[in-house]
Amino acid sequence: MVAEFGFSILAVSFFVAIYSGIAAAFGVKKQSSALIESARRAQLLTFPLISLAAASLIYLLVKNHFEVSFVYQVTSKSMPTYLKVTAWWGGQAGSLVFWSWLLAAFTSAVTLRKWNRDIEFLPWIIVISAITLTFFLGLVVFFENPFTRFWQDASGQILMGMNGDPIKSVFMPSGALAPFIPADGRGLNPLLRHPGMVIHPPMLYLGFVSFVIPYAFAMAALITGRADDRWIRLTRRWALWAWLFLSLGLVFGGRWAYDVLGWGGYWGWDPVEIAAFMPWLTGTAFLHSVMIQEKRGLLKHWNMLLIILTYELVIFGTFLTRSGVLSSVHAFANSPIGPMFMGFVSLSLIASVALLIKRWPELKSEVEMKSMLSREALFLLNNLLFIGILVVCFWGVISPLASELFTGTKITVGPPYYERATGPLFAGLLFLMAVAPLSAWGHSTVQTLGRALWKTFAAAAVITLILFFAYTHNGYALLGFFLVAFVLLTTLQEFWRGASARMSAQKENFFVALSRLAKRNRRRYGGYIVHISMALMAIGILGIEIFQMETQGTVAAGQSLELGEYRVEYRELASWDDIGAGVNYTRSVVDIYENGIYLGKLYPRIDYYYDSQQNMTIPGQHATLRDDLYILLVDWQPVSAQGATFKIYVNPLVNWLWIGSLLFIFGLVFAAWPDRDPAEAPVRRKVRAENKQAIG
Amino acid sequence: MKDRGRRTKKAPASCRLPIAQYFAFALVLAALTGFFVAQSARAQETTPSDDEVNAIAKHLYCPVCENTPLDVCPTEACRQWRELIRQMLAEGKSEQEIKDYFVANYGARVLAEPPRAGVNWLFYLVPPILILGGAFALFSAFRAWMKPKVAESDSGREAAGASSSDDEYVRRIEEELKKRK
Repeated sequence: MVAEFGFSILAVSFFVAIYSGIAAAFGVKKQSSALIESARRAQLLTFPLISLAAASLIYLLVKNHFEVSFVYQVTSKSMPTYLKVTAWWGGQAGSLVFWSWLLAAFTSAVTLRKWNRDIEFLPWIIVISAITLTFFLGLVVFFENPFTRFWQDASGQILMGMNGDPIKSVFMPSGALAPFIPADGRGLNPLLRHPGMVIHPPMLYLGFVSFVIPYAFAMAALITGRADDRWIRLTRRWALWAWLFLSLGLVFGGRWAYDVLGWGGYWGWDPVEIAAFMPWLTGTAFLHSVMIQEKRGLLKHWNMLLIILTYELVIFGTFLTRSGVLSSVHAFANSPIGPMFMGFVSLSLIASVALLIKRWPELKSEVEMKSMLSREALFLLNNLLFIGILVVCFWGVISPLASELFTGTKITVGPPYYERATGPLFAGLLFLMAVAPLSAWGHSTVQTLGRALWKTFAAAAVITLILFFAYTHNGYALLGFFLVAFVLLTTLQEFWRGASARMSAQKENFFVALSRLAKRNRRRYGGYIVHISMALMAIGILGIEIFQMETQGTVAAGQSLELGEYRVEYRELASWDDIGAGVNYTRSVVDIYENGIYLGKLYPRIDYYYDSQQNMTIPGQHATLRDDLYILLVDWQPVSAQGATFKIYVNPLVNWLWIGSLLFIFGLVFAAWPDRDPAEAPVRRKVRAENKQAIG
Repeated sequence: MKDRGRRTKKAPASCRLPIAQYFAFALVLAALTGFFVAQSARAQETTPSDDEVNAIAKHLYCPVCENTPLDVCPTEACRQWRELIRQMLAEGKSEQEIKDYFVANYGARVLAEPPRAGVNWLFYLVPPILILGGAFALFSAFRAWMKPKVAESDSGREAAGASSSDDEYVRRIEEELKKRK
């Protein structure tokens, strides 16, 4: 019952989405506000409809309806309820429903806003999101249906299809008597049963889907021919929140990998990771370059191109992770999802770019570039670097596919390629992060920049010298730490300069001055906080990438392994079953010492999940600001429990990565927080009007 | 374990030798040991350590699971491959020989990067060409943008230069700073 209901609702929402798009387009053509209003209401209807379908799916998941093949794949009786709910996005079909649900929610939020003078955008935003929603709902309804069920014939046997697989369909096929109910489900991949994995996909999808909104506005601006930057102003917060969620998705993913995957790292340049990283890169470039358009009226084409790219990379990223193309080009051909995604990406890209070319002459810049050292010029350089990293990533993901397709040989593109190729680009970004905030809009010279920067530059150089004599002679590390120090000092100096000016002018104490200064220009100072957080994250990345140490060995109880200043002594090991959870735990106990001083016990363990027959390695971690001692239980002797094999990592400075991530969230929320102080807006508008006069 | 047991049993027999012979025997033994120690770099009798295995496995990619380095892959198949590396190391094979063996048996995909030969050069050349092309395009665009400035740098545009309240604010701060000095 519930399966049929859920599927029917999905089918209805598919048609409602199609209707809303067509009605909105016709509404514009016939200049009928009634038709547009009808489209808007149809759009608003998609959200409760998909919510109902999602609720049906969650009901089936929680109530162990294993006759539904999706439920069978991702849950089992032993899983706790909250994991059964989050299994919603643990499999392909469910995650596509999740995508559609978020998109319907966001589009509804947009259509519900007060439109006033931007009403001309509304129908086109409905059209663009309806097209996207129709595509995703179409995938769910026709190809990846989460409500299909297994069936049995009169003899109680599961009904098999021609290809030897069980028949799956929503409604009863011929020859079937009743749904076939397996005794238990296969259970979610244990790697996905981690709090990090519960949060990571929704964050990523929130980020992915919220970027659809700025794209829809951009397309609406192109279609209606409004050449101003209204679309950017309307979607600035959307883009910031989208970027926040996408970044959080990446950070949670990294933390999850660090805690669960058991390879002592947080980022492995895996194509699945890169799939989420690519829209982040164009999104970051976009957030910077829209400022040039807002302040100077430059680069209108480029911003359009960036948001188009971001949208396509969002769809492409979903495609990469969902189509199976990464494991093999041939898997891609077997599943109908792949070609559909490819078709959608190509068509939407061609359509968007065609639209952009049509409006090209109308998007001319309002003023000209004045100096290669001006803020806008440096922002352009920043864009070049971000796009450079994108090229490296895209090429690295595509090459193995191309190689398999054209030459028939599989190749691996691993971390060495990415590290070598992106390293200099990231270094360039750090340098710009230190320099660009001090260059002026419009015009800067070497002298003005030099005057603003020489002190922090010299201080960073001194810090680097100290590092050279006291800690390391590694050139890459020294360059990296120099750039980090340069960014930190320059950015902190900016806070100090602003705050101390206020202190003397307004007679405020330092903290009041600092907070008022920042609140007066949330975007600028929120951005600076984000820059500081990036520098902190860079410290962590440099530490683990350059100075990571590891060792592995088999020891008997009472023996120890040594690494750096740490000694790890193996005490005991126990293995037991948790019948209710369907898990076997093997937990070791080790004592850890630093320079002979006892620090405490750690419990590296391996969990074996019976239902999915998979292992999960949980490290024992001792975290300090200086480094992480990270111990994995690799193997053990089952009979005597005498010997156990451990792999030990010392990951220097890695916790700065997580500290930076927390500060990053704070900075971005600070920047995106709604402004109550409208004082600055009229000023800017006035100046812009004067600009126009001066030009016209 | 068995070997160790046998050696300890033999020890008393040597004790019965006269002192001169004992020394001669010890010398020969020492020479032999020295010889074996020198040899052990190539053909070790002790099994190679996990760290030595991992140092090579780190640069190889699991032939069955995608994008997982062999040193951290938890599957049984990969455990056996690591044992294979250990065995080959014990036989005195070099890192390159082991890598070659894996490539010959499982294809180029076991390497972290495609081998630098033939059509693969395309893989290495395209990104730098694209990025340098982008940089060139950007700088020629800069030059094109900057040219009109020389021709028609009227004061109106200069005024338009500092255009935002943002900079207005910064300017005021700067003035304030100057006053303090």
